[in-house]
Amino acid sequence: MITRQFTITAEVGLHARPATQLVQEASRYSSHIELEYNEKKVNVKSIMGVMSLGIAQGATFSIIIDGHDEEEAMKGIEALFTNEGIAE
Amino acid sequence: MPVSLHGIAASNGYAFGKAYKLIEPDLSFEKTTIENSDEEIQRFHEAIKNAKKELAKIREKVTNEQGEENAAIFDAHLLVLDDPELISTIENKINEEKVNAESALRETTDTYIQMFEQLENEYMRERAADIKDVTKRVLAHLLGETLPNPGLIAEETILIAVDLTPSDTAQINKQFVKGFVTDIGGRTSHSAIMARSLGIPAIVGTKTISSTIQQGDNLIIDGMNGEVIIHPTDEVQEIYKEKMTKFQAQQAEWALLKDEPTISHDDHKVELAANIGSPQDVESAINNGAEGIGLYRTEFLYMESTSLPTEEEQFQAYKVVLQGMNEKPVIVRTLDIGGDKQLPYLELPEEMNPFLGLRAIRLAFEKIDVFRTQLRALLRASTFGHVKIMFPMIATLDEFRKAKAILLEEKEKLTDEGISVSENIEVGIMVEIPSTAILADEFAKEVDFFSIGTNDLIQYTFAADRMNESVAYLYQPYHPAILRLVKLVIDAAHKEGKWAGMCGEMAGDPNAIPLLLGLGLDEFSMSASSILQARSQIKQLDQKAMRKLAEKALQLQTSEDVKKLLETEVKATK
Repeated sequence: MITRQFTITAEVGLHARPATQLVQEASRYSSHIELEYNEKKVNVKSIMGVMSLGIAQGATFSIIIDGHDEEEAMKGIEALFTNEGIAE
Repeated sequence: MPVSLHGIAASNGYAFGKAYKLIEPDLSFEKTTIENSDEEIQRFHEAIKNAKKELAKIREKVTNEQGEENAAIFDAHLLVLDDPELISTIENKINEEKVNAESALRETTDTYIQMFEQLENEYMRERAADIKDVTKRVLAHLLGETLPNPGLIAEETILIAVDLTPSDTAQINKQFVKGFVTDIGGRTSHSAIMARSLGIPAIVGTKTISSTIQQGDNLIIDGMNGEVIIHPTDEVQEIYKEKMTKFQAQQAEWALLKDEPTISHDDHKVELAANIGSPQDVESAINNGAEGIGLYRTEFLYMESTSLPTEEEQFQAYKVVLQGMNEKPVIVRTLDIGGDKQLPYLELPEEMNPFLGLRAIRLAFEKIDVFRTQLRALLRASTFGHVKIMFPMIATLDEFRKAKAILLEEKEKLTDEGISVSENIEVGIMVEIPSTAILADEFAKEVDFFSIGTNDLIQYTFAADRMNESVAYLYQPYHPAILRLVKLVIDAAHKEGKWAGMCGEMAGDPNAIPLLLGLGLDEFSMSASSILQARSQIKQLDQKAMRKLAEKALQLQTSEDVKKLLETEVKATK
């Protein structure tokens, strides 16, 4: 299991396109991927779960990945966050 | 079934096609207990699969025809259908509570919808609408119903609807949608204005079309006379084909006038401009021979968005319009929201009389930051073409002075920041309120121009809500009371060496043009599709003769008197 912290840089927060992109990226891996924010945990493959958190610009959250392709999944998500200016 | 139906002619032309009803099917169902939950879950998955297939098709089509931007909404819909949390919650419900898939779906999505609707963020509340949309689509598949998908239309059709919203009309693909007919609306409703800007025939206000017509019925629409012909015989079909050929020939003849100036028979020059709502309309304005943009309705920029458009987004839109018009004048009207046009994300209080309430410039003063952002975007774009700025719904000189002062403040700020701004921007006002028309002589000393907005001027002069069909008879553009107000405004402008235009529906009305020419109107701004016809008409008119006609009209007593005068005299002087 690996965990990493991120801070949202996207102006719109983790809504709209950034949320869609994150869910699409997460769905490419078989590992179980969770997002923890404000003491709430949601399944990152669930668009409704991710959006229900209402994460705004500047907020800090963790991504927790557990499964056999966890390394790859974390790399993929990190790359998406950086390339699209979503979080760092 | 009747052979024909009558409505209000909203946009010229003829169209042939099959009826496509943009009407939602009945999606009601009963909550039942089921025996075999595995079978029910299977049925649910089948519905999800079909809904996804349908959405993917729509997505692809919209992407190809209108670009990625417009298709993004369907990505969100597809993700909801892929949501593992949502799917498993529904499966568990079917399994444990032994309920049918319809009620498991509805109850689960309702929980999410409620949760999203309670969030502070306007964007999230919008997403609740997405979930509703997706739920509807899956429900339709479960119930064996078909949802209307205007994006999937692939044959020549005529859209039939109770009314068309801005988002419906935004999806219209002219290649297949040849025209539309609605139950409600008038010549100035959103759907009618959009039809004219798209250049497709339309009939509105038929009251019963959506309940009379069956999906796939063969129709002809006659946008000239407001007639819908249902199941035309071959004979009737032939007659209309001939009419359409004539109409198209006429259009071709007018097209020759595209790059000509607009000069009356006795050498009096006027300007014909187009009313537009978005940068996409510029092409049609140019193709129809517009000498400028007489009214750029910026509110569509706000209405098409789920949140306030940023300064940068606005700047880009204004820049595209100004560059597209290539140094021809573009009159940009600042935000005209309120009345019948609402912005969900602005959260304005409900009013008893919205048309008499906080709208247009009044709202701009209330939401001063929104107003300032727009002015900054406009000023920044000003160096890319010939912009003129116009404030809507000005009732007093104080309002004009205040709005202009804010504009100058923003201009100074930009100059201080080292951003270049055009030096000679004309600043004018819409004349829509009788108080302003009456005091036009005083206004003329301070404004650079007037543009008369007839739709509102008529409604405020006769104190008759133009959205209320019961008082529609009071929409009287030819009434001497209106003509006298128009004359006051034009004369006041000329006395101060300024110009007066008109950007209401009346300016493009072939029956009103002789009168307006006679009253001395300098600029006529209308739907792009009316420009060439108007130019052809003005070329044949004698301005001096029309001046005499106008003088006579001003002395008459009723609309009917004026119409009679026009019928006899305009024909005689041609």
